[in-house]
Amino acid sequence: MESNHFDLIIIGGGPAGLTAGIYGARAKLKTLILNEGTAGGQLVLTHEIANYPGIESTSGYMLGSTMARQARDFGCTIRSNVRISNLNLNDAIKEVEVNEKDQYSTDAVILSPGGRSRTLGVPGETDLKGRGISYCATCDGDFFQDKNIIVVGGGNSALEEAVSLTRYASKVTIIHQFDHFQAFPHAIVEAEQNEKIDFVMNSKITEFIGEDRLRSVTIENAVTGISDKREIDGVFIFIGYVPNTEFLKGKVDLNQWGEIKVSDELQTNIPGVYAAGDCIPKKVRQVTTAVSDGTIASLSAANYIHQKKRDLVAI
Amino acid sequence: MLQTNLTHILSADEHKQFIEQNENVMICCGRMGPMCVPVYGVMEELEGEYEHIEFADMEFDNPEAHVIRNAPECADFMGLPFTVYYKNGKIVKATSSIQTMDQIREVLDEKFNVIVEN
Ligand SMILES: Cc1cc2nc3c(=O)[nH]c(=O)nc-3n(C[C@H](O)[C@H](O)[C@H](O)COP(=O)(O)OP(=O)(O)OC[C@H]3O[C@@H](n4cnc5c(N)ncnc54)[C@H](O)[C@@H]3O)c2cc1C
Repeated sequence: MESNHFDLIIIGGGPAGLTAGIYGARAKLKTLILNEGTAGGQLVLTHEIANYPGIESTSGYMLGSTMARQARDFGCTIRSNVRISNLNLNDAIKEVEVNEKDQYSTDAVILSPGGRSRTLGVPGETDLKGRGISYCATCDGDFFQDKNIIVVGGGNSALEEAVSLTRYASKVTIIHQFDHFQAFPHAIVEAEQNEKIDFVMNSKITEFIGEDRLRSVTIENAVTGISDKREIDGVFIFIGYVPNTEFLKGKVDLNQWGEIKVSDELQTNIPGVYAAGDCIPKKVRQVTTAVSDGTIASLSAANYIHQKKRDLVAI
Repeated sequence: MLQTNLTHILSADEHKQFIEQNENVMICCGRMGPMCVPVYGVMEELEGEYEHIEFADMEFDNPEAHVIRNAPECADFMGLPFTVYYKNGKIVKATSSIQTMDQIREVLDEKFNVIVEN
């Protein structure tokens, strides 16, 4: 029977995890990547990557698939669409349980679970997803030809996507919870100058209403506390990012935003446990920064593992 | 053609044959976009596990995909992909937009009555 012990286990198979896998396998470590979603992570959410050096333009899906194939070709095992059901990071030999049945042990772990778009978390949102509520303008914009829609958010994505949605929609209302936007000035100016866009500031959606499809929303003004119901054909939500670290609470040190705290070598507070990619504190979250982290974490983990093996031989 | 490892359905005729010749069928009709790719990924993963079910994709922009786009069960859909489940040639469930592996398993287990241990 094949052993379930790996030198290195990587949790998360986005650009950071796949890069860590490539470096781990090339350092002759028996390496396993466990990934909850599709290999490639947020890359597969990206239609076009035009800023990855050396590749002029490609789809996120293609870049993610190539990274995964590269990792596999170097000998890395990848399991996608799995769920981590138990994790023990504290001992010298760390244990990972998958789907409540498969047990793995390892000398070192790299945590690279990335992040995801934030949802509003208000009544009706889950049921009406794909029935008027969307998180992707490029995917679903053309369903809203000549429709009256709302964009929720005040950052770059919200304002840029609102402008792009005016290609389809007859009217776009941007709803933002504060009295000012967090986006770059040029994005704000472009939205303000677009005749199809208007703004509802200091406000938030508190309910989505509709049976088979979205019909209306309730909007609450944060200053007056007054709620209004508004008929609407669609709502696009772009309200930022949360790290996928809920499963790590109490297992490694996280900061107040849920990001994994790391040293310069990307080691967490636990020896032999490293973190890489969008889940660690940083200002710029891009594929290039994720692959850089994956490289550093993997080489740090390789040093740790080789040192551990040398120590064992010396005893 | 979609860049997946699933069976590709390319015409309305192929679609008709596919759902008539197989008792349990799941077809994902989409593009190579962020909401669709994860669903294809889950289907590829589940294909080996759910042997009683046939999995396929169909390109949303193929004119022949009207068989899915215009299905009454998809009338209110405004998010890709349109995922349709057939039993003995009839639609038993349809979903719009991205779905997780757990959501897809739930439909497969409920509609096709084949519980697979994960
Ligand atoms: C719409 C969009 C467009 C973008 N465009 C660009 C661009 O043009 N250029 C650019 O450089 N960057 C872009 N980015 C950012 C870039 O995609 C991310 O910075 C990068 O993917 C981060 O890589 P990562 O490996 O840290 O995390 P992710 O890509 O988030 O991957 C993390 C992986 O871990 C998995 N995971 C999560 N939790 C668990 C768990 N508990 N157990 C196991 N696995 C888990 C996830 O399923 C996922 O596969 C874009 C992002 C988005 C959302």
